[in-house]
Amino acid sequence: MSGAFRISGAGRLSQAKTARFSFDGQSYSGIEGDTLASALLANGVHLVGRSFKYHRPRGFLSAGAEEPNALVEIKRDAARKTPNVRATVQELYDGLAAQSQNRWPSLAFDVGAVNDIASPLFSAGFYYKTFMWPKAAWKSLYEPKIRAAAGLGVAPDQPDPDHYSARFAHCDVLVLGGGAAGIAAALAAAETGVRVILADEQAEFGGSLRFESGAKIDGRDGFAWAQAAITRLKAMDNVRLLARTTAFGYYAQNFVGLVERVSDHLQNPGRELPRERLWQVRAKRVVLATGAIERHMVFADNDRPGIMLASAARTYLNHYGVAVGRNVGVYTANDSAYAAAIDLKKAGVNVAAIVDLRDNPTGPAIDEARALGIEINFGRAVIRAGGKLRVSSMTVQPKNGGGERTVPVDAILMSAGWTPSVHLFSQSRGKVAFNDETKRFVPGIYAQDCVSVGACNGTDGLSATIDEAYAAGAKAAKDAGAKAAKGTKPKVDASESWSRGMLGAAPGAGPDTTVKAFVDFQNDVTAKDIRQAVHEGMRSIEHVKRFTTNGMATDQGKTSNMHGLAIAAETLGKPIPQVGLTTFRAPYTPVTFGSIVGHARGQLFDPTRKTAIHPWAEAQGAVFEDVGQWKRAWYFPKAGDDMHAAVDRECVTVRKTAGLFDASTLGKIEVVGPDAAKFMELLYTNPWEKLEPGRCRYGIMLREDGFIYDDGVVGRLAADRFHVTTTTGGAPRVMNHMEDYLQTEFPHLNVWLTSITEQWAVIAVQGPKSRDIIAPLVEGIDMSDEALPHMSVREGKICGVPTRLFRMSFTGERGFEVNVPADYGQAVWEALWAEGQKHGACAYGTEAMHVLRAEKGYIIVGQDTDGTVTPNDAGLDWAVGKKKTDFVGIRGMSRTDLVAKGRKQLVGLKTKDPKVVLEEGAQIVGDPKQAIPMKMIGHVTSSYWSENCGRSIALALVAGGRDRMGETLYVPMPNGTIEVEVAGMVFFDEKGERLNG
Amino acid sequence: MLLIRCPYCEEERPELEFRNAGEAHIARSANIAGESDDDFEKFFFIRSNPKGIIYERWRHMHGCARFFNAVRDTISDKFIMTYKAGEPKPVKLPGVAK
Repeated sequence: MSGAFRISGAGRLSQAKTARFSFDGQSYSGIEGDTLASALLANGVHLVGRSFKYHRPRGFLSAGAEEPNALVEIKRDAARKTPNVRATVQELYDGLAAQSQNRWPSLAFDVGAVNDIASPLFSAGFYYKTFMWPKAAWKSLYEPKIRAAAGLGVAPDQPDPDHYSARFAHCDVLVLGGGAAGIAAALAAAETGVRVILADEQAEFGGSLRFESGAKIDGRDGFAWAQAAITRLKAMDNVRLLARTTAFGYYAQNFVGLVERVSDHLQNPGRELPRERLWQVRAKRVVLATGAIERHMVFADNDRPGIMLASAARTYLNHYGVAVGRNVGVYTANDSAYAAAIDLKKAGVNVAAIVDLRDNPTGPAIDEARALGIEINFGRAVIRAGGKLRVSSMTVQPKNGGGERTVPVDAILMSAGWTPSVHLFSQSRGKVAFNDETKRFVPGIYAQDCVSVGACNGTDGLSATIDEAYAAGAKAAKDAGAKAAKGTKPKVDASESWSRGMLGAAPGAGPDTTVKAFVDFQNDVTAKDIRQAVHEGMRSIEHVKRFTTNGMATDQGKTSNMHGLAIAAETLGKPIPQVGLTTFRAPYTPVTFGSIVGHARGQLFDPTRKTAIHPWAEAQGAVFEDVGQWKRAWYFPKAGDDMHAAVDRECVTVRKTAGLFDASTLGKIEVVGPDAAKFMELLYTNPWEKLEPGRCRYGIMLREDGFIYDDGVVGRLAADRFHVTTTTGGAPRVMNHMEDYLQTEFPHLNVWLTSITEQWAVIAVQGPKSRDIIAPLVEGIDMSDEALPHMSVREGKICGVPTRLFRMSFTGERGFEVNVPADYGQAVWEALWAEGQKHGACAYGTEAMHVLRAEKGYIIVGQDTDGTVTPNDAGLDWAVGKKKTDFVGIRGMSRTDLVAKGRKQLVGLKTKDPKVVLEEGAQIVGDPKQAIPMKMIGHVTSSYWSENCGRSIALALVAGGRDRMGETLYVPMPNGTIEVEVAGMVFFDEKGERLNG
Repeated sequence: MLLIRCPYCEEERPELEFRNAGEAHIARSANIAGESDDDFEKFFFIRSNPKGIIYERWRHMHGCARFFNAVRDTISDKFIMTYKAGEPKPVKLPGVAK
């Protein structure tokens, strides 16, 4: 026997398979097939948590996914700690270790419980009012304290070592919910041969048949029938069964997200199994069979451990063989709680009394309870529960007032009725309708190809449910293209019936009272809080929800929403449908980040792009930096070099002899066709028609608003062929921009665009010795200045492979960019490197490249520009074709504000102290003595130490900058103000003689 | 995730393959340089943002890479139809009462 409350002969678990587990360090014994909740209850443990705000002792309310109270931490090891696990769904395994949450120093003695006494301070919306001042205290004092005191579990502090997988799936009929309705629908659909997926959140299919002892289908006990039906479905090739799988979100076009818990129930999952699997299913038809959730009664101190839903007590008894007490009371407003009393009584548990709010209900359940000798009190209410860590009594009073009577009990089973689970229907954007007679919201207008069946559709009774579900399953299959069904409908031999129940607060918790009658257990919202919200002016149910936090906890108000709505409606004096229902949002139950992220973490988060020359740079000990998805060699340190030493050496070597630079990441687009030049005229500010084949031009691309979008050197290979280069990060968007205009604005142009970024490796050889390094390896290209002047391009061969050889410079030195097919990139680089070695050349990285270009005042789009810089602002007016009548951005560029005086212009800055290097992004002011906040007139965009200039250099955007040459400006920094002088943008070789040097 | 029918591929494909490209049927003037401030404002800045039927551009980015137009209901998120770039704005929409 595992636990004193396990009843011999009750339940479906095999007593033979015991499992040891611990809760708060205490060891217990359970049975395989138990949940953590049933195993604890079998050991007589009800107290499992402290509430969110008042730290009140809490026990199990439910036996399922709707559980608001019994949240625990499950710890497998230091890294695998899962907080906020509902003990009612966590399956037991041998060695499971669970901890209670939100209590200190212990669960039974919790200092935070002082909040319960001080509760007038913490009424609804208290944090909006109480902690308003002093303002600064919110961040430093109130928020951290409130967060520490209020709360759920503690998030894990180590990376998650588990892995999570994901599957996409398509099916004809997706059935969500594996109770009687879901199974019947799945059978009907599957028998036609269409592809069916049936998913259920529990470990075993069967839904409410787990506790409905009165259900008989096809001659057997309901749960046994369910297992037999599942065995049949499992044998069909066209059916996929997903147990332990929660449909958490219903999205557009019958796209449903499900999470399958693959290994949380296993003792030693092993590395080969994922922890969870995300299913993204596209279904032609969806059948919703999500059932209904029982509601609690709203009365004073209804949260004491031992007070639970009647159906939960039945589940613990009929499925797990556990009695939730030895002397139970029942408080109900509908018939279904009688069944719990009857089952427990038959199992030998004393039922102290049934208290029924209704006046004179009749029916077989009542007759049977009476026949068993159970005391029944009609027209009476439980007005309060006694006990603290465990319920000890219930106080009964006639519902219209009168003498009180206290009945000792160790558990109270309650039922206020059943709420259809319309969550997924509502998420599908279906509109719910309020049935005034049954006081429940049921599916009304459908927005997608789905159908609701059974309890979630407001259908009462097993017989009607099976009829409806079987017909719906067959129709869904037919609508999805099935021929004809050949199965037979399950026959219901006996069933239980549910009646209506009540919504809102019970007597004794009415408007004239101040008792704590909980509506939302997880967020500690009482009936009084909801009334207070209305009294303080909340009119919309959405406002009431946010003010009180009713329904905002991780259980998303599964048990509380309808009660909260009814109390708000009553206080507002409006009928329920006029007050409306809050929106149901995904996820239905909490979903781990792991399952959403799946394999897309670490190295698999984003692709890493490496150039053909990457292995060489790696072997040389290069330090890399990330540029978009690319890894780029940042600098090449020699032994003992820090970054500055390496960059200084590289910069000096390039200007003294030469340097090799891997420019392969530059975006490259080939623009080809009879209208290629016309297209270029429209996409770039520059004129292209007259550019001779074999020549290059620096091009600027604008957006339609007139701001710089990208730049790059463009070579005209032939009359109808341009080799366009873009910035490294800009390649995809430039391609998209070009395609957009070509396809939609200028479709008459006969042009083709091809991305060739990865086709060509690019080796920049820059410096006075660059030609000497390249020339010996080149065939078929005259390398003389006359034949190959600056800004020209030739096709030929290098090292025997084809090359597009550009004479161009991003350093201000004589320079070349050698394009070769990427497969030959490293080989050609190595050959050039060998030649370079003879001249003392170096390899240089992106940092040196940045310094060298800044010494020449060459801009980098995205660094020196920010999407609000015009060509004129950047000093690039010369690159705008003055005679052109059209190009993208021509009109935007001439907008009033864009040609106004005082715009920020790109200029150079020299610090008065040449050794001081400014910080990029630093703000610039005209008068450092002015009052704070100072008027900022610009900011530093690029700043480096230039070893070649022997001083720091910087570029900056400064208001009216070009009219301020020689002016002194100030850069206020935390450690003092730095004086700078406005200068031209070129710091080195102002005349540009070195291009041919 | 939405399913979108590419009018060039003539196939419904998942939203992951597509990229939205803003409102459709906003013509760029042949004489854009000579446009008034008001006209340029309308062309460049003003968008309709309706509650209901919207005409918009999409690109089958990770498919045929073509830009096309779509009619979508911003309330239900449903694609009512898609058609090729350059085709006229459809007046009669399937399944939409006018």
